Amino acid sequence: MLNRRRFLMSTAAGAAGFAALHLSPAFAQDAPQIQIFVPAAPGGGWDQTARTMDQVLRSEKLISGSQITNVGGAGGTVGLPQFISQWNGKGNSLMVAGMVMVGAIIANKSANNLTEVTPIARLTGEFEALVVPAASPFKTAADFVAALKADPTKVPVAGGSAGGSDHILFGLIAKTAGVPAANLSYVPFAGGGEALSALLGNQVAAGISGYGEFSEQVKAGALRLLAISADKRQEGIDAPTLRESGIDVELFNWRGVFAPPGVSDADKAAMTTLIETMAKSDAWATECKNRNWTQILLTGDDYAKFLAEDTARIAAILKDLGLA
Amino acid sequence: METLSHLAHGFSVAFTPVNLMWCLLGTTLGTAIGVLPGLGPALTIALLLPITYQVAPEASFILFAGIYYGAMYGGSTTSILLNTPGESATIVTALEGNRMARSGRGGAALATSAIGSFVAGTLGTLGVAFLAPVVVKFALSFGPAEYFSLMVLAFITVSAVLGSSSVRGLTSLFVGFVIGMIGVDLQTGQPRFTFGMSQLLDGVDVIVVAVGLFAVGETFYMASRRYAGKDEIVPLRGSLYMTAAEWARSWKAWLRGALLGFPIGALPAGGAEIPTFLSYAIEKKLSKHKEEFGTVGAIEGVAGPEAANNASAAGVLVPMLTLGLPTSATAAIMLSAFQSYGINPGPMLFMTQANLVWGLIASLFIANVILVILNLPLIGLWVRLLKIPAPQLYAGILVFATVGTYGISQSPTDLVILYLLGCAGFLMRRFDFPTAPVIIGMILWPLAETQFRRAMTISNGDWSVFYKHPLSLTLLTLAFIGLIGPQIYAYIERRRMRGPEHVPGDA
Repeated sequence: MLNRRRFLMSTAAGAAGFAALHLSPAFAQDAPQIQIFVPAAPGGGWDQTARTMDQVLRSEKLISGSQITNVGGAGGTVGLPQFISQWNGKGNSLMVAGMVMVGAIIANKSANNLTEVTPIARLTGEFEALVVPAASPFKTAADFVAALKADPTKVPVAGGSAGGSDHILFGLIAKTAGVPAANLSYVPFAGGGEALSALLGNQVAAGISGYGEFSEQVKAGALRLLAISADKRQEGIDAPTLRESGIDVELFNWRGVFAPPGVSDADKAAMTTLIETMAKSDAWATECKNRNWTQILLTGDDYAKFLAEDTARIAAILKDLGLA
Repeated sequence: METLSHLAHGFSVAFTPVNLMWCLLGTTLGTAIGVLPGLGPALTIALLLPITYQVAPEASFILFAGIYYGAMYGGSTTSILLNTPGESATIVTALEGNRMARSGRGGAALATSAIGSFVAGTLGTLGVAFLAPVVVKFALSFGPAEYFSLMVLAFITVSAVLGSSSVRGLTSLFVGFVIGMIGVDLQTGQPRFTFGMSQLLDGVDVIVVAVGLFAVGETFYMASRRYAGKDEIVPLRGSLYMTAAEWARSWKAWLRGALLGFPIGALPAGGAEIPTFLSYAIEKKLSKHKEEFGTVGAIEGVAGPEAANNASAAGVLVPMLTLGLPTSATAAIMLSAFQSYGINPGPMLFMTQANLVWGLIASLFIANVILVILNLPLIGLWVRLLKIPAPQLYAGILVFATVGTYGISQSPTDLVILYLLGCAGFLMRRFDFPTAPVIIGMILWPLAETQFRRAMTISNGDWSVFYKHPLSLTLLTLAFIGLIGPQIYAYIERRRMRGPEHVPGDA
């Protein structure tokens, strides 16, 4: 019941008489089996990342198969303690997580955090977009910030759940503009779709969410894209970055993979190589393009350093927003 | 006319043997998962997403749509027979449907829900094909203020399920409010009523509550009564399917249900539950057999809500196909399937992916036909379930409820909650508190609260939004009429009955 794939695979593996759960050179084609832990329900961004990884790793013959386990809830903070305690030392395992979990750990005052697991690689990111309805008086991001400075309560902004990446970006924009975060009028919606309908119905002044949520409406002319939160201009997107618009903020809603605590250095190195090889393959590049994921590969110590910096930045802004 | 030629083209896509096979597979699978509480269409489609790497887009969407429609059919079966709703949209069906089953009319309840689902599903799909652009414009005019007023209107429906004592009914309703508030508050990100347990941060699933209160509670109650009276097996009364009188009572309810379900389903925050509540309340108001509600089971109370939930399933596809707006968990996952084909759902979809969209719409019509063919003959088999002796039947229900609940999130915490609620359900049953208001409260309250606070944030604390928006004002007026109207009507009736000739001292 846990997971159809897992059930079928374990049955098949059991019937074939393999000890399928461990890195085993005797296994077909010398490719290892891996286990992927997804601290979210099937269907979301982390789950899609895991299933796409499984697909690409198998098509590139880097692994012989994988098991995906979903333990969803509370931005990943239900799954994380399980990964830390029950998956300890399993060298063939990975957990998919990302910026959302960093925020959730802080906001939920979770007992565990990401310093307890082993960072392997930051894989992808989705930059955010600041949009307004087509009829809006705001033509540029500067117009938006000017209105925000004049009276933040008159500029209701729609986005995802409170304390999520959209709210965080709004907080960061306001902070750079010198507007107190406590005065912001942020209208959280459960998902991008509902926020989008509030924008199309002219219920709110502006919206912040992942670019992919808005891209089609921007192309159709129903929404105007003011700026994106990427580090540089993106091919095929006719909008400046926030930084070019005079707002010194850059933000990727990043996703990455972690090994459990207590894995050996050899396992860690092998896993890093595996993921690096995958991330540099053409099949992975195609999948990322289809899904509007920007590749922002970062591994090893650089990733650990980035994680520490991002955690500090998110903790500070959540505190300003009154969520931590 | 253009629509018709598109539709004809769509049928030519859907009628290929391969696509028909996918449709059959989807509807069968959908019916099966709809029957199981916990395994919903969203989870099933999510687990089947990897299929998008292997087959053509048309095939996978036909499969997904079949699962989606099938689940709406299947969910009602267990609601009616076992009082165990498989889907949140079929909770209302259990209210009258299970009463009918227990008074020997289980076959008729299943038939009216299958045929009503077919009628409403077909009407809804016609709506998707012909009315999508109009409906979506209406749907977008709904802002938080309008949604809040819609919730106020929906709260009127509670009076239909309160039972004999308002105090008991309202108590149940408030218990529902509290359960509905458990979890992280969307507006502020703060946890409420979680007692520091991370498992409660996402709230309690409505299916767990419905199954716990209805099925587990009922089982405990039956167990406690086991030796109190004689064990009787309900005989089948009358026709296996529907009698002429039952047809006459059903068809209007189907149409009314479909008319409610389709537009509310198309609202970005409408969902499938609210139209079922509204339909139930309306059918109870309009029925000439009010005494059957809550006693032997009234067929209108099954026909209306079942039609409403199937029409709303079609309505959900409107914003998804025209705007790329996912308005339910299932739609959101279907949208992510679009993305794995590199198709970006959005306002251009009807133009850029005509094959896919019209093939999908055509296959929905086919799915509806397949589902009714699949479900009607099964009714004879299903009702035989009720001939199982009570101990075995209730043991089976308990196993079924437990396995299904574990399937929702694979969380042992949910099982503890299920059995705690089962005990609560037993006590409520023992002391004659109605359980349905708990469910309605837990679904409506968080929606009403969220929309109210959103409206207030946007308007910067100005209350006038609720009566300055014409749509919101209309909905509030309807709610007011719904609340006050029956009293005034009853008052006038009483006056008329007494009549002018009734002079004091005359008798």
